[in-house]
Amino acid sequence: MVVMKMKFPFEKRVKLAQGLWLLSWCATVAGATTFTLGCVLKTELRRRAEVMDNTDVHIVPNTLMIVGLASLGINYFASKICQDALDAGRFPRWKNFLKPYFAVSCFFTVLMLLAVIMSYAMKGSLESSLKVGLRNGIRFYKDTDTPGRCFQKQNIDRLQMEFQCCGNNDFRDWFEVQWISNRYLDFSTKEVKDRVKSNVDGRYLVDGVPFSCCNPSSPRPCIQYKLTNNSAHYNYEYQTEELNIYLRGCREALVNYYMSLMNTIGAGVLSIFILQGSVLVSLRFLQTAMEAVAGKENTEIETEGYLLEKGVKDTIMEVRSTVWDVVYSQMSPSF
Amino acid sequence: MPFMPVKFNLQKRVKLAQGLWMLYWLSVIVGILIFSLGIFFKIELRKRSEMMDNNESHLVPNLLMLVGMVACGINAFGGKVCHDSLDPIKFSKWKPLLKTYLLLCCGFNVLLLLVALLCFLMQFAVYLALAEGLKNGIKFYKDTDTPGRCFMKRTLDMTQIEFRCCGNNNFRDWFEVQWISNRYLDMSNDVVKDRVLSNVEGKYLMDSVPFSCCNPGSPRPCIQHHLTNNTAHYDYDHRTEELNIWVRGCREALFSYYSSMMNSIGALVILTIFLESVDMAGLKYLCTALETMTDPENPECESEGWLLEKGVKETFADMLSKVKTMGKTNQVEEGGDAPQA
Repeated sequence: MVVMKMKFPFEKRVKLAQGLWLLSWCATVAGATTFTLGCVLKTELRRRAEVMDNTDVHIVPNTLMIVGLASLGINYFASKICQDALDAGRFPRWKNFLKPYFAVSCFFTVLMLLAVIMSYAMKGSLESSLKVGLRNGIRFYKDTDTPGRCFQKQNIDRLQMEFQCCGNNDFRDWFEVQWISNRYLDFSTKEVKDRVKSNVDGRYLVDGVPFSCCNPSSPRPCIQYKLTNNSAHYNYEYQTEELNIYLRGCREALVNYYMSLMNTIGAGVLSIFILQGSVLVSLRFLQTAMEAVAGKENTEIETEGYLLEKGVKDTIMEVRSTVWDVVYSQMSPSF
Repeated sequence: MPFMPVKFNLQKRVKLAQGLWMLYWLSVIVGILIFSLGIFFKIELRKRSEMMDNNESHLVPNLLMLVGMVACGINAFGGKVCHDSLDPIKFSKWKPLLKTYLLLCCGFNVLLLLVALLCFLMQFAVYLALAEGLKNGIKFYKDTDTPGRCFMKRTLDMTQIEFRCCGNNNFRDWFEVQWISNRYLDMSNDVVKDRVLSNVEGKYLMDSVPFSCCNPGSPRPCIQHHLTNNTAHYDYDHRTEELNIWVRGCREALFSYYSSMMNSIGALVILTIFLESVDMAGLKYLCTALETMTDPENPECESEGWLLEKGVKETFADMLSKVKTMGKTNQVEEGGDAPQA
């Protein structure tokens, strides 16, 4: 049971070869685009690597870069094959090459689709990585004298200003850590001593946030300290105040940013996947149509092209048995 | 005696025509680049027009856009002429236009020179506009309830954050104005009343700066208030503290940004002048080489090309005398018939 049989007269074969040549060059450009998109995503993820706990999500840009490079090679060969296709003398030299070529190309094309699916599936992993990373960032905010953590303050401040967010889940995360270093606290004053003694860990906790949480759109100068104390500031009610500091948490802001980036890239890669798939399908049709011409004297006869010689199930069984044979011949000892 | 003559055979003429065609298309691309730089500069000026009191001069970007478009047109025409130059039939229809075209190119080069000069000189105007605009911006920082000025606070905060600067000349500009609106001051409080009464104009002045002056690179949490009071903060000396807030003034920061932009655009325009001159010289050589062919029917004959038909001094003298005769056509000649009374 042949899959998708189509008749190909000579003119149709010529048109198919020419169209395929053009399509394969477009697909080459698309492959380069995929590689570039992978590089862009990787750069953006690396920029905020300090607030990410693990690099699991980097599998998406890595896959995109591999697929982009592979598709450059695949489409280069596709254009070479269809250039030789119409010359009956030069086409037979590609015969042995085509089967492994199709196997490799199908693998990489499916990998492209997998990359798109992964970019949606990785949201949970990204979120948990950011949760841990931001929590550590807020905890080590004050350690500007500890080697390896000196720039944590600057990174978190710039992150909060750029993404217009405050804290991990929200601004209250700053109330739970000591973000003012002991070097700048006067331990001889009563106020500092009281605060430090008021909790089990001996930390100086305030209901205040760093200046980078301040919202420039607020009509009044920024209120950073004593945020939950209405009487500390004139005409201030913290339950209804919305514009003073950023209310959004940085984890939510970063996840939104990266997911929108990956969605845009995913949509582009999906269309490139369709383009690549059509190149492979057209090449298969051209190959089967030209194989029927081989050996005949009149090269302008009408031939049939198909996708699979047997049905889908039979082809899969055949491929599986071929692979088993290859594996067995490698594993079995040779006498 | 022609000025800078060069002998041309067929090969050399063909090479000149091809090289000149590519050079003309390169000049078209440079023209497009100047046009887009003009648009970019205009957008940058409009983005920060609030910091310049909305009265900054858009003369330079407008001129750049005009010059870019004219350059595209002139160079595309030049490219077409080069393309047709090796075909005598096509070339003959362009021949009468060439003299005016070359004069037009000369005038265009003068215009380019003017634009380059403006790029360098208008920086003073930008500096003055910034000084005035920032002074007003700081004055109106607190007026977030006045229509027309509601967004001054936000714009100035974002500018200080983005350009890493504080105040006009430096952060002390904030000590001289009241930047906290009266709506948020408790006038029944004694401290507030004392401060307001302590100066002639009844302004609430403090030695504090807005949060946007804070430097994220400081190792300690930002000190915004009581900046000149060392005892108000633990382990703080305002004379030696450098990392706490930005020490640079916004006028200097914004001016260096705009001046580097205008300098690069000016340099590009000067480069374009050189490119245009080379184009003109090449075209003059090509035209004269095609005109002086000893045997017009035989394309392989030798010819000579030059820049000016006579020497430089004689050409100038010719031009001057032409200008004088043009002026004299309306005058009555001496010894001629006197007009009848």
